[in-house]
Amino acid sequence: MVRSVNSSTVFRLVLVGLAAASFAGCAKKAKPAFATTAPPAGQTTPRTELPPEQGPVGQTQTGALPGSAQDFVVNVGDRVYFDTDSYEIRADAQPLLDAQAGWLRRYGSVQVRIEGNADERGTREYNLSLGARRANSVRDYLVGRGVTADRIGTISFGKEQPVDPGSGEESWQMNRNARTAIVSGAR
Amino acid sequence: MTQVRSLHLPRLLFALLCAITALALTRPAHAEIEVNINRGDAQPLPIAVPAFGGQQGADIAQVISANLQRSGLFRPLDPASFVERDLTAAVQPRFDSWKQINAQALVNGTVTVQGGQLRVDFRLWDVFQGQQLLGLQFTSSPENWRRVAHKISDAVYTRLTGEKGYFDTRVVFVAESGARGKVVKRLAIMDQDGANPSYLQTPGDGIVLTPRFSSTSQEITYMALRQDSSAIYLFNLETGRRESLGAFPGQVFAPRFSPDGGKVAFSVERGGNSDIFVMNLSSRSSTRLTSDPSIDTSPSFSPDGSRIVFTSDRSGQPQLYIMGADGSGARRVSGGGGLYTTPVWSPTGEFIAFTKQTGGQFHIGIMRPDGTDERLLTTSYLDEGPTWAPNGRVLMFSRETPGGPPKLWSVDVLGRILQPMPYPGAGSDPAWSPLLN
Repeated sequence: MVRSVNSSTVFRLVLVGLAAASFAGCAKKAKPAFATTAPPAGQTTPRTELPPEQGPVGQTQTGALPGSAQDFVVNVGDRVYFDTDSYEIRADAQPLLDAQAGWLRRYGSVQVRIEGNADERGTREYNLSLGARRANSVRDYLVGRGVTADRIGTISFGKEQPVDPGSGEESWQMNRNARTAIVSGAR
Repeated sequence: MTQVRSLHLPRLLFALLCAITALALTRPAHAEIEVNINRGDAQPLPIAVPAFGGQQGADIAQVISANLQRSGLFRPLDPASFVERDLTAAVQPRFDSWKQINAQALVNGTVTVQGGQLRVDFRLWDVFQGQQLLGLQFTSSPENWRRVAHKISDAVYTRLTGEKGYFDTRVVFVAESGARGKVVKRLAIMDQDGANPSYLQTPGDGIVLTPRFSSTSQEITYMALRQDSSAIYLFNLETGRRESLGAFPGQVFAPRFSPDGGKVAFSVERGGNSDIFVMNLSSRSSTRLTSDPSIDTSPSFSPDGSRIVFTSDRSGQPQLYIMGADGSGARRVSGGGGLYTTPVWSPTGEFIAFTKQTGGQFHIGIMRPDGTDERLLTTSYLDEGPTWAPNGRVLMFSRETPGGPPKLWSVDVLGRILQPMPYPGAGSDPAWSPLLN
């Protein structure tokens, strides 16, 4: 049994993904040496001094703007996971994909691209094919739940864009996924 | 920025002027030294390569020595042990002094510079017979002294093994940098001994993958993977010219040249199904070769161009299949337990190299095209993507340790000589060039 992935983990992974994307933008400056790994998200330095006394300030989380990409990522979830060498939609992925379909039906001008990914335990070209199958499984599922097919593109990144840089079953599980990326039309 | 800096040097003018004596061309009927390339238990041949006389003579001898050593077939002796010193190509060696240190073969030479051209005379000797086996002269521009050394290495290898060499070749690969998960991939090229590495400029390509050499020209084909699309390209290493093979109705990947360089076979994925196509490069028309609902990818032609080996999971797991170059008569050739991918036909046609996954490990292996005589040459956490040296004796591939970057490694077809490539950086997807002209 593969453990389920909660939405906060997913959100953290998205941040890692964004960091990876921004790094890729600097590709030309990169030298053939290894960049220092960024500290894990959420790590803070403990403070020793006491904060100055101030009156209480109320704060309420208002959440993401409905229909925004952030709304989709945080409140729906953009990634589902697969078993080894499989492209079958798992039972534990169906509620999330049902929610994706509902959100996409509600915000009908949004275009998405499903990105299929594979873990490192396969060779490059086969994994491109496998990632493509995963992306198309998600696409077919969403179409089956009423999302118009021409709103959904697909691409496979094979094993080229792991969300978890580690090696081991937990990392591989995280990297066997399909991500629904919003291309346009979100608020 | 130059496109391919190392290629802008003056073109090499190799004049293979003459075999200096008739002796060089005739093989004595008995007792001559030779290196048996097919015996896995053979001891490497002790060989002496003293510094050549003249400018860069020591450097040239060093490159030759390193090449022969890396082949695993030769054991270059320590120059400190040499008794006879300052040997030039103009004098006969004192064989006794080379017998004394047990050198069976001796390579000596002299470098002269004339009219701006480097001239290298060298001789190969059978020490115990006291016979000259080779006498050749190469000329080149002085910057290309390493290539002269590679040419001499190839001549020595061929004379002593009876097979073509592979030292005057280059390797295109994917140079990787950056932490895992944020890796930047760039096409790069280096000599087969890791010297002269330089990047190939392919701006806007995103993630570059799977470069493959043409066996007839200084051209590669490779794949570019971007955020929303993929493309396959031709890239001319002499001009730096890059050309897309066009738009396809789906994701395109896994390009590889036909042996005559006139076609490229590749995969196109549509609706989750990957099939194999072939494009005629002069007409730019594509033909579909497979239409199975399974994954069909990684096509590689037989050296005569008549057949294609590829990966398919039509049996439920990835295995190797061979079909006619027109797509006819596909049949499975891999038989053992495990997953087989990345087949590559050897330049001699004798073997197919592949990556095999079994028991949580990855292997580089070879088998005959009928599926028999499978030999696993390596075992590790992740070995992948073999490419053949042009003489079919050595394979290069990439190896990863858990959490580590990929590195380039090589192994001979007997599985005896497994070693990292002398290139310090991270690299993957190596592609070995044919012998240079």
